[in-house]
Amino acid sequence: MAIAMRIRAGNGDIRVLMTHPSENGLRKDAKSGQLIPAHFVRNMSVSVNGKIVLDGQLGGGISKDPYHSFKVRGMKTGDKVVVTAEDNTGDKGSIETSAS
Amino acid sequence: MDTTRRLLLRSAASAGLIATAVAAGLLKPGRVLADWNSAAFSAAKAADALAAIGASGATPSPDIVVKAPDIAENGAVVPVEVVTTLPDVESIAILGEKNPFPLVALYTLSDFDGFLSTRIKMGQTANVRAVVKAGGKLYTATKEVKVTVGGCGG
Repeated sequence: MAIAMRIRAGNGDIRVLMTHPSENGLRKDAKSGQLIPAHFVRNMSVSVNGKIVLDGQLGGGISKDPYHSFKVRGMKTGDKVVVTAEDNTGDKGSIETSAS
Repeated sequence: MDTTRRLLLRSAASAGLIATAVAAGLLKPGRVLADWNSAAFSAAKAADALAAIGASGATPSPDIVVKAPDIAENGAVVPVEVVTTLPDVESIAILGEKNPFPLVALYTLSDFDGFLSTRIKMGQTANVRAVVKAGGKLYTATKEVKVTVGGCGG
C-alpha cells in the first residue's frame, strides 16, 4: 500500500505529513496480547529542484502519522519540491509540489 | 634466519587481519546514503546508538536549542524542535535517551536553515538529545521531558 502524504512548501519552509501507523514492534495488541509487528517509515528524502536537502533515516520512535517541518535556505517560489518515503515492509510513497 | 622468517610470516598474518577488520568496519551499514543503519536504530543504549552513527563525544553547545514540552501528558506524541545557529549543518540526530531504542531519527541535510521539527514517542521521563554535525564537528544539546503516560508500548 502506498504511503499517503501531504506537503506544504513556501517561505523557506517545507512541511510533510505522512499517514502511517509507525509501529515500533514493541506494542502489544490490547485484545490478543500479541506483539504488533514493526511497521514504520525508515527512509524519507526531500529534494528541491533535484537537490536532496534532507535524507532521513527514521526509527519506530517517530510518532504515528510522521510529521516533519524544516527550513531550507534559498528556496524560491516555483521550486519543485519532491518527497519520497519507504517503510520497513517496502511500501513506498512520493509527493511533489511547487514552493509557494 | 629461520626465526626472522617466522616473525615475518607472523607479522604479515596480523597485518592481514587488521586490514580485514578495517575493511569490515568501513562496510558498516549507514555509511551508504539512503541506507538504514540497523545497528544504530536497534541499539538499546543512547551511547551505543551514537557510536554506531559515528556521533560519539559531541561537545555541548549553547548554539543548539532543543524545544520540547516540559511535561508530555501523552508520550506517544512529543513535539520536538531543533533550532540552531551553527553554520554548515551536515546532519542532525534525535534521541529519546531512555527509549527502548533511543535513536529516533538521523537526518543528513544540505542548505539547512537552522530549524527542524518532528514528533517522537517517549517511553518515560528522559532527555531528548539532539546531536548536530556542523562544519565536520559534533555538537549536542538536551531537553528534559517529563512523561506521564509512556508511548513506546510494553
